[in-house]
Amino acid sequence: MSRTRRIRSAGLIRGVLAVLICLALWEMFARTSRSTSLTPPLELIGQTLAGMLVDGTLLINTLHTLGRVLLGFCIAALIAVPLGILMGRSRFAERFFLPVVSVLLPIPSLAWVPLFTLWFGIGNTATICVVVYAAFFPLIYNVWAGVRSVLPIWTRAATVMGAGRWALWRKVVWPASLPYVIAGTRLSVGRAWIGVIGGEMLASPTFGLGQIIFNAKEFLNASVMLSVLVVIGLIGVITERFIFNALEEATIRKWGMAASARR
Amino acid sequence: MSRITSICITLLAILCLAAAWEAFARFGGYTPKLTPTLSMIGAALVRIAANGVLWTAILATLNRLLLGFAMAAAIGLLIGGLMGRKQWIEDMLLPIVSFVYPIPGLAYAPLFILWFGLGDVPTILLVGISSCVVIILNTWKGVKSIKPIWLRSAEVMGAGDREMLHHIVLPGALPYVMVGLRLGLANAWRILIAVEMLMSVQSGLGWLIFGAQTFLNTDVMLATIAVIGLIGVLLETQVFERIERATIVRWGMAAA
Amino acid sequence: MADGIEVRGVTFEYSTGLGSVLAVKDASFTVAPSEFLCIVGPSGCGKTTILNMLAGFLAPTRGEILIGGKPLGKAKTDRGVVFQDFAQLFPWRTALANVEFGLEMRGVGKAERRATAMEYIRLVGLEKFSSTYPHQLSGGMQQRVAIARALAYNPGVLLMDEPFAALDAMTRDDMQGLVASVWAATKKTIVYITHNVAEAVYLGDKVIVMAAHPGTIRQEIRIPLARPRDPLSDEFIATQRHLLTVLGARKPPARAAAE
Ligand SMILES: Nc1ncnc2c1ncn2[C@@H]1O[C@H](COP(=O)(O)OP(=O)(O)OP(=O)(O)O)[C@@H](O)[C@H]1O
Ligand SMILES: [Mg+2]
Repeated sequence: MSRTRRIRSAGLIRGVLAVLICLALWEMFARTSRSTSLTPPLELIGQTLAGMLVDGTLLINTLHTLGRVLLGFCIAALIAVPLGILMGRSRFAERFFLPVVSVLLPIPSLAWVPLFTLWFGIGNTATICVVVYAAFFPLIYNVWAGVRSVLPIWTRAATVMGAGRWALWRKVVWPASLPYVIAGTRLSVGRAWIGVIGGEMLASPTFGLGQIIFNAKEFLNASVMLSVLVVIGLIGVITERFIFNALEEATIRKWGMAASARR
Repeated sequence: MSRITSICITLLAILCLAAAWEAFARFGGYTPKLTPTLSMIGAALVRIAANGVLWTAILATLNRLLLGFAMAAAIGLLIGGLMGRKQWIEDMLLPIVSFVYPIPGLAYAPLFILWFGLGDVPTILLVGISSCVVIILNTWKGVKSIKPIWLRSAEVMGAGDREMLHHIVLPGALPYVMVGLRLGLANAWRILIAVEMLMSVQSGLGWLIFGAQTFLNTDVMLATIAVIGLIGVLLETQVFERIERATIVRWGMAAA
Repeated sequence: MADGIEVRGVTFEYSTGLGSVLAVKDASFTVAPSEFLCIVGPSGCGKTTILNMLAGFLAPTRGEILIGGKPLGKAKTDRGVVFQDFAQLFPWRTALANVEFGLEMRGVGKAERRATAMEYIRLVGLEKFSSTYPHQLSGGMQQRVAIARALAYNPGVLLMDEPFAALDAMTRDDMQGLVASVWAATKKTIVYITHNVAEAVYLGDKVIVMAAHPGTIRQEIRIPLARPRDPLSDEFIATQRHLLTVLGARKPPARAAAE
């Protein structure tokens, strides 16, 4: 008991140590280099971050970016989940949609940006379209794979115990495909992040973290860029830790199903 | 369902998709300049293929992809392997790697432009660095997933460090490593196309799309997107499925 | 409540990519209401296939199945099934919640179904594990939960496919006693599949012996022994020997002979 705790605290110390070493190296590098605007020392990055926090730019831009991710993901999920389920249950739908999905899946969402900006103009719509495209395919693919992974013995057992169509969906097929659905959601949100940052850089909507980074380039302002990168990293760690990990902990890991959707 | 029916349904799907696009192109309310018909896209494809633009673009993109991915694989396998074998390295690097992991590689792009200027070098660096993280993580998991009993039995049979690496660690970690490489390549491919638009490189598929936008050549843009999709499918199915079939599937460590 | 079963000239062919496999050929038998029928036969003779048809999972290629006098499709689903496979429990539900499922589907209120399910969990001796998830239970325990689950909503017909094949001998004896007493108390119609001849003689009113390739019914044998049965009595052993001869004396199932 105390032994494992000692080992864990040793790990923690090492982790902190590594972060400190990285920061110190950066600081040395920054102080010896010529330009503080290209390689800002930590103090400057901290000041920039604090400044953006205080004057609210960080908040408003983060909210815009998060809002786009959320909206894009929800739209994608609204189509991908029912369609994926249909593909998993009907051979016809599978044969019909799978080729389309497998052709569109490997096209990077950002390849569409120039086209979307021509169709919808630069700005919000084009950006959200990119996010939807990015989020859609990993999700539909995994929902399909998840529904396919439901063991027939579970649906049989449920039917024989009197489960109707709806109960079968809600109480058997849905929880049984959850390992894949969670994996798909994680991938989909990750892709949506890439889409939104790229979209904000290329389709220039008002506000957004991608916008700040991109605009900072004009002013040779690396400290703004690095601050925003830190914020993006933090958001990523928080979503992973408090949303996906918590979700897995409460469901598939508790049920011993975590290994069934490793890819 | 017989093979023939299933092929028919697939053909039907492709037909429907084509028809839907054609209807959108003709009656979608945009000018044909913005939403070209299929025949226009086909003609554009033939045109850029015939005058060689397409081939140089593909070559340039694949070249960068290869360099970037090779870099990512080298860094990823090395660091991931070290993390898997040495506890103190894992303790030190894991927090940093998990922090960097969710940051889209594209977010570094402007920073790289500041530091390294425009052009090929920052593009390849960016592709390499941003796609190595997923390789690191999977290699680390793979090495960790090696059953201690394999290591112990190899040790008992007299395997030294090098034999251990060659005969136990590498094959044992391979299923995860393959997943990591596959994801790494997919990431590299995705980010490369976007970066080619941002970095003002002088060639490549991303550049082709971006350049065509300036002249409203939507037919060229869509033709290029189609080519990008095709290459993506080939990279996914041809490269990795072959390697996997030859290794981990044959060893019964993954389903075919 | 307990319905009878009538199987008339049932044939089943699996169609695979390589052609069709004749799994069951022209099988006919009846099970009277509240009768206990055992089906024995070598591996691959179509036992599971027959059970899947009785449960309504597979439709016979030819012939028909009546339950309570009605064709299978129209009969109300008043059946409980225990499968051969351990994976039959829902991994996302605790043992107790698994047992509750059938009651839940019948709209039984939460408190009541919890209490009923707990009764059956106790019946199979797992009260300590009621809030455990299936992946933390041993194979035998999972199988016991499956039996509790099939009993909990009190179906008139119970179909069991080698439920104890993978249990250790001692637990299996306990479980066989349990099934016999449940049957005596509730008078369900039970179809019980096994490849263990002693088990068939211990439990069944009637035993159907099957032959493989293609799966056919070789003989139907009444077990005249009074209950509760004593596996060490002379009549018991004589009946067992008779069954083994019918099965094909040249290769008597080693495990059954040893018991
Ligand atoms: N899904 C299937 N597709 C094709 N053939 C099958 C399928 N399921 C079973 N069979 C074949 O049908 C025959 C009967 O199988 P069944 O599962 O009913 O045997 P069983 O008597 O239950 O055997 P066991 O005692 O091993 O459980 C076997 O020869 C088997 O190969
Ligand atoms: Mg069977």
